[in-house]
Amino acid sequence: MSEKRHIVPLSFFVGVILLIYGELILGNSLIYLSRPPTTVLGELHPEVWWGAILTVIGGVYVYLFRPGRS
Amino acid sequence: MNLFSFPLAFLFFAAPDAPGTTGRLINLYPVDYAIIAIYFVMVLGIGFYLKRFAKSGEDFFLAGREMTAWVAGLSFVSANLGALELMGWAAATYQYGILAAHWYWIGAIPAIVFLGLVMMPFYYISKTHSVPGYLQMRYGEASRALAAVMFSLMTLFMAGIDMYAMALIMKIVLGWDINFSIWISAMTVAVYVTLGGLFSAIFNEVLQFFLIWLGALLIPILGLMETGGWSGLVARVHQNFPNGDYTHMWSNMGNFTDNPMGIHWTGIVFGLGFIISFGYWTTDFLVVQRILAAKDIRAAKLAPIIGGYFKMAVPFIVILPGLLALAVLPFHLVPESQVGPGQHSYNEVLPLMLARYCGPGLLGLGMTALIAGFMSGMAGNSSAFATVWTYDLYRPFIRKGASDEHYVKVGRWTVMIGMLISIGTAYLVMEFKSIMDYVQALFSFFIAPLFGTVILGMLWMRVTPAAGFWGLLCGVVSSITMWAIVKIDHNMLAYIALSADAKDMAENMYRALWSWLICVTVTLVVTMFTKPKPIEELKGLVYGATELPSEGHLPLWHRPIFWGVLSLVLFVILQYIFW
Repeated sequence: MSEKRHIVPLSFFVGVILLIYGELILGNSLIYLSRPPTTVLGELHPEVWWGAILTVIGGVYVYLFRPGRS
Repeated sequence: MNLFSFPLAFLFFAAPDAPGTTGRLINLYPVDYAIIAIYFVMVLGIGFYLKRFAKSGEDFFLAGREMTAWVAGLSFVSANLGALELMGWAAATYQYGILAAHWYWIGAIPAIVFLGLVMMPFYYISKTHSVPGYLQMRYGEASRALAAVMFSLMTLFMAGIDMYAMALIMKIVLGWDINFSIWISAMTVAVYVTLGGLFSAIFNEVLQFFLIWLGALLIPILGLMETGGWSGLVARVHQNFPNGDYTHMWSNMGNFTDNPMGIHWTGIVFGLGFIISFGYWTTDFLVVQRILAAKDIRAAKLAPIIGGYFKMAVPFIVILPGLLALAVLPFHLVPESQVGPGQHSYNEVLPLMLARYCGPGLLGLGMTALIAGFMSGMAGNSSAFATVWTYDLYRPFIRKGASDEHYVKVGRWTVMIGMLISIGTAYLVMEFKSIMDYVQALFSFFIAPLFGTVILGMLWMRVTPAAGFWGLLCGVVSSITMWAIVKIDHNMLAYIALSADAKDMAENMYRALWSWLICVTVTLVVTMFTKPKPIEELKGLVYGATELPSEGHLPLWHRPIFWGVLSLVLFVILQYIFW
């Protein structure tokens, strides 16, 4: 049972995957910034701001729920 | 996958190679494939990490009963929110309009609040590991065995149907080979559930919950920007479909023929809102298992209520895309069976909307959300089946008194073997589509009578073990009989569903209502002539014989009842807004 107290919080895993996804999406969208996708409302660059949002949420979760934080 | 997605699953079971269907709807880019691959690596990694914590039976089957209210609540709603449901209800919204939202509001919220405030105390205090386990303590082995066998069959079939539906969707949307999709997803789920048990299933369900929201949320956001808000959406829907009423929930329910679903409001309120939803949300072990993993009774009461708030919000990412499709798509979608060259079916609503608004990266996120939804449904069925098989069939009837370590081993093997059986079911469904009808019927036979049996057992000490068994059996048999009667003579629909114009969904609802009434009536009658258990044996199981912890000392906002009542108020407000 005592080992369970050292279980990495679920929120940390959520943060890790959101951070990775956010950086992938944001990075990919910045590479193609001058050629926005031909989707509806593509000129608003939703990939950029959604990637940024995921990166921020993921980063916050990783920081707040990092292993070893009391 | 659950009772609510079953009526929609038929949408997916037309021939995948029907003339006119495109080879694939969406082309993925390398970044999208990377996002999908990372998801698979992540869930497997979580499974390997959690293996060290899933040693005992309580760990493997009930995640150590350590989950907080938030984790248990998110897992509870996520276990219900499969990808088939996401795609199916978006498709149903395109076909029936906002009426589909009933399945998320009246078809969920009252039952969820009831589960949290009334039933969870008894499930939790009894320390049962499953719903059949509760029946054994309350009524005896016969009731447990009947429930366990039916539940085991349902979960195995449902996991297989989930698998096939996912593979079919991946073929239609992405052009992936069906066998590849089935085996990759099944083996991934089998590995991480075998390793980490319910811990893995819950962790990945919560992960899936975040991915679904973040993957699907862009569609309603960008869609409402395109239409100019809700009023713009409504105006465009009326312009595109001047003869249909797609944006009212109750005002067109006074007559079976006034609404596209062919349902009367009594069917929605009493059939869906009471019997079917209460039957599913309070007794389906797949969702209840997540709450049994809560760390204490307050968390167990609060968890489903937390889940209920998110369930109430799901129409934003499921129903709204369907309505937006009615407003913005430049072509009309058609039933699967009528797809011609250049046309698209209702099923393709969500992928079409995804492709409309999402470029590289976001497409991968959206597809990962769908894949995650399917896999978490399979994991949920897998973990629930392992628990029911090991504790409710293997331990009491095949090998009693073995060590906890032995049962954990049996649980792990059950996951793997159960998954292989489910794969077999997936191939069987591929060959014989009508099996889908029978599995849907199987679920509907059972869920309403089970609710009657459980709720009477929880609320009235006098109900006897014999009455519990016979009530459940008679309820199930009566439901089977009504189903068969309508199959043999369709005119009987006018008696069972109160109208010859009633559609399948209406028939299911009324049949659930009658079978529940029959179950309750038989239970009460048999109770009068049989002997109840002594009160000492009912402690922790029944109202009146159970000491329920008081919450009077807690501030109002810490009490589950406050949040439960608030969710009901919000639910009523939503009905008024979308009347």
